[in-house]
Amino acid sequence: MRGEYKKYILKKVLLGVVLILLLFLISLLSLCIGEYNLTVNEVINTLFGKGRGHQQLVVWNMRLPRILSAIIAGASLSVAGAVMQCILRNPLASPFTMGISHGAMFGACLAILIFGLGIGGVACPYMITIFAFLGALGCVMAVLTLAKIRNLTPEAMILLGVALSSLFTAGTMFIQYFSDELELAAMVYWTFGDLGRVSWNEIYILLIALILSSIYFILRRWDYNALEAGDEVAKSLGVDIGKIRLMSMLLSSLLTAVNVAFLGIIGFIGLISPHIIRILVGGDYRFLIPLSFLFGSVMLLSADILSRTLISPIVLPVGILTSFLGAPMFLYLLLKMYGRR
Amino acid sequence: MIIIKLSINGIEFSYASKKILKNVSFNVNEGEVFSILGVNGSGKSTLLKCINRILNPKKGTVLIDNFNIKEMDNSELAKYIGYVPQKSSGNYMTVFDTVLLGRKPHIKWEVSKRDLEVVHEVLKLLELEDYMLKYTKELSGGELQKVIIGRALVQEPKLLLLDEPTNNLDIKNQLEVMGIIRSISKSKDITSILVMHDLNLALRFSDKFALLKNGKIYAVGGEEVITPENIKNIYGVEVHIEDVRGYPIVVPV
Repeated sequence: MRGEYKKYILKKVLLGVVLILLLFLISLLSLCIGEYNLTVNEVINTLFGKGRGHQQLVVWNMRLPRILSAIIAGASLSVAGAVMQCILRNPLASPFTMGISHGAMFGACLAILIFGLGIGGVACPYMITIFAFLGALGCVMAVLTLAKIRNLTPEAMILLGVALSSLFTAGTMFIQYFSDELELAAMVYWTFGDLGRVSWNEIYILLIALILSSIYFILRRWDYNALEAGDEVAKSLGVDIGKIRLMSMLLSSLLTAVNVAFLGIIGFIGLISPHIIRILVGGDYRFLIPLSFLFGSVMLLSADILSRTLISPIVLPVGILTSFLGAPMFLYLLLKMYGRR
Repeated sequence: MIIIKLSINGIEFSYASKKILKNVSFNVNEGEVFSILGVNGSGKSTLLKCINRILNPKKGTVLIDNFNIKEMDNSELAKYIGYVPQKSSGNYMTVFDTVLLGRKPHIKWEVSKRDLEVVHEVLKLLELEDYMLKYTKELSGGELQKVIIGRALVQEPKLLLLDEPTNNLDIKNQLEVMGIIRSISKSKDITSILVMHDLNLALRFSDKFALLKNGKIYAVGGEEVITPENIKNIYGVEVHIEDVRGYPIVVPV
């Protein structure tokens, strides 16, 4: 009897080990392939500083930042999704539920309109990132403040997110109406989530945001399990539900906002990855959080490889691909999990 | 020796402007099975939730072992009181993990050996061992209710609050669940407070009763308070109380 439970736990740990190995292998594959193909040996040599000049350039300056940003963003979006689905008590919640992406998009479009275009693209990319972040942050703060003041239920918070999304969309359309063609193109291009935008400095920022919020989420794993059993039960188990909900909402939103600001909108990872893990190991947040973390990375990294190789030498923005693959996958899950027959 | 476990003094509670509980006071002794009776909307569930701070009463105090619950911190209170809600639904957590969740107030960082042992003991006590690794979504109503009671038991509470624990259960499960509650109350000195609708089950398994009418205590006491007059006044139904093989049975006429 006792052994049975141990075996059951071991299986989940094993899945974690498999995902880590998989992530490692896919990363290696991703380092090898591209317009300029490298062998595994060449990649390993280059990683240890023994590569030739252009190999060094391809690996360290182009592919490695891209791979790391895929791993970090995939994990961030996926973990944020898992947490939001719990605290909002809604399986359809995702990192973008609260209108975060719409707020970011509004901010980015505003920045493009204000600062205009320079030679060969947007004039000051940093301002766009900052504005996008502020837009996302504004949206998050609006939701959280209203939720706190009126003591809103999770259902009402989601509806509030929907209302703010359409408000920001209206704002975005207003800006776009007054933009010229080139600006409009830049705005649309910004919304395509693209892993190629970041360099090492930004990766450090993304990584710190991910690590800090993940530590909090993992510390709170038992509280999330209790919340899954309902607010009253959670209270009776000693959970301060108001505080947990607010802090978790804040951290998962900030994590999403940072990612959107640097990379644009990468849809569906945050919605689907936690659900697939839920199907595989159940709804226990002790495992759901770390496994969603790993699986999100695997998913986004795989999507990135596809986006670079599908119609090479053209590199598709990975956001388009995740949505393409994500939507039917989500439909399948929906029918499988919630269909009545 | 009789020890007062729970002492409720002058509790008042309102939702918005509607007064739900009005100056409710009574004591419950250690190891007693205590049933709260009354019509729908008389404030029974609200009263139960005031006892473990799910709701905060506007006035009055709730004392457990002479400690005011207002002054306890969350996890301290959770080690004192276990709660079984009126409605539970299954999810994608296993029976074992669901029961283990009840150890939350005791868990600091990771599950200890003792936590696992307590869960195994309770699963054995409730005869749930065979379902251990099933998702709670896959259980029947009776099985799920036992799991939820198990979750409250592993908290190792001194007080157990149960909101209509026999709701939606068939007669066999009703008797089984009530039997479990009574036997653990007696064997582990746990004080159980139940909100009940079924008068006959309440009569058969409880030591004491509180009759609640419009948010006020109408009567508190042992079997002697369950009289045809009181039932008429509380529920507005004419009844006879008859003795069948040693059990008092309430029969509407």
